[in-house]
Amino acid sequence: MTGFIVKQPGLLTLIQDLGRFGAHNLGLTNGGPLDVQAFAWANRLLGNPANASALEISFGGLSLESGIDTAIVVTGAELPIKVNGETIAEWQTHPVKPGDLIELGYTTRGTRAYLAVAGGFAIPASFGSSATVVREKIGGLNGDKLQENDQLPCASQTLQQNYYLADDDRPQYAERAILRVVPGYQQSTFDPVERHRFFSSQYRVTDRSDRMGFRLEGEAIKSDINSMLSEGICHGAVQIPADGQPIVLMNDRQTIGGYPKIGSVIALDTAKLAQLNPGSTISFEPISAEYAHNLHWLAKSRFDRTQPLKC
Amino acid sequence: MRVEIAGQDALIVYFGEQASAAVSAHIQRAVVEINSQMADIVVDLVPSYASLLVIYDIDQCDHFEVRKRLREALRDLDTTEAVGGELVTLPVYYSLESGPDLEIIAERGKISVDDVIEIHLAGEYRVYAIGFAPGFAYLGEVDERIAAPRLATPRQKVPRGAVAIADRQTAVYPAQSPGGWNLIGLCPTRMFDPEQQPSMPVQVGDRIRFESIERDEYLSLGGNL
Repeated sequence: MTGFIVKQPGLLTLIQDLGRFGAHNLGLTNGGPLDVQAFAWANRLLGNPANASALEISFGGLSLESGIDTAIVVTGAELPIKVNGETIAEWQTHPVKPGDLIELGYTTRGTRAYLAVAGGFAIPASFGSSATVVREKIGGLNGDKLQENDQLPCASQTLQQNYYLADDDRPQYAERAILRVVPGYQQSTFDPVERHRFFSSQYRVTDRSDRMGFRLEGEAIKSDINSMLSEGICHGAVQIPADGQPIVLMNDRQTIGGYPKIGSVIALDTAKLAQLNPGSTISFEPISAEYAHNLHWLAKSRFDRTQPLKC
Repeated sequence: MRVEIAGQDALIVYFGEQASAAVSAHIQRAVVEINSQMADIVVDLVPSYASLLVIYDIDQCDHFEVRKRLREALRDLDTTEAVGGELVTLPVYYSLESGPDLEIIAERGKISVDDVIEIHLAGEYRVYAIGFAPGFAYLGEVDERIAAPRLATPRQKVPRGAVAIADRQTAVYPAQSPGGWNLIGLCPTRMFDPEQQPSMPVQVGDRIRFESIERDEYLSLGGNL
């Protein structure tokens, strides 16, 4: 088998494509990259299809040995990258050859980095997607995070030209973020005072945050709903459990649940949230569904029009 | 029917305030209509007790268009017919060996273990929702006499196929997992098998009956003890 061998898997490295869609009726969640923009740039810089399988590296610590001639790129959170001991730049494609050792250190800004390879990793789809959801044991290699000595199959490929993304076009990962929320679900059942509290308070990201949901800590929000029927939960939904501490539900969330929800964070901003370390500060801002739609199109248009530069 | 915004690319349709066979049948027919009329813009559907989450392709449409299409697709939905859904029979090996909580439920209801089994067998249940884990189908509702609250301390390991009760719901665990439901038997039918097509024997809106089988039959159908 050709491809890469995992020398060190890091804390949590997962094979991801854009995610699993159309299988919620079986109880399967989406999976997919938490920071979909950084993921998209990794594939774009290599000229890969948007849905090509790449690696999501949470907090770093991954080492791979290449068994083939190809090219790689790392985007997303800042971390040191070395090939055979030589530092290389992020957001820039690099050729690798058989025997090359690629070592990623730990994240210094942001938390999720993405490593893509020319042509993508060749991972069979499960329910239409290679996205790994460890809780469901679906996708990736045997439904699990990467382990030492795992083989990552991919075809050899020569890139004629290396590309990088200009500094100005890269996202900036900060220690605070404003998350825009489309009010929805049970929002009208929250008392106006509670809604105001939610949208005017600051919250801290706790260390009990993972790919299922980001648990926040701050002013408790009271809901007047004592019990409700379980219902479908969309990406970014902000759940208010009995203790009033909001949880932003992410890619690996359960597909149904019975806690009241005040609305949903837009996808552009769940990507920002995913890059925040525990202890970071966030606040929420309400926006209309129409404005959310416009923001989506603006971001899409900007991505399409931004050209990678030749090295 | 009430339509609310759920997120930037999702609407949620509420079909009633309470779960019932009629509401569930209504939702199931809505799923069929949406799948046939709106497949071009719908990414995912999550039917549940009294609601249907509709996730749409934000690259192709906005919530105004989805609302309009939903109105058209669901306008002539027949709401009179209360049944619907496939009738699926699932075999269960009921015993103290396979159902460690049978006695607790019997004590609660001041009935015998055999009564608990008989009452569970007598019901026809509807698949109200699928979630929690792949293939986990919430079936309702069990007779009040065998309703039982979740365990105070969930088990670390509930075996695949465990038939269980929580409050007035019953379910078959699709895979080994932690769980807090009361266990009353074991079902040899795989509730979720990624290698099979279809990967689940039931879908939301189906009607389920249980059928009692003996230990030997359970084992010969592939069950484990």
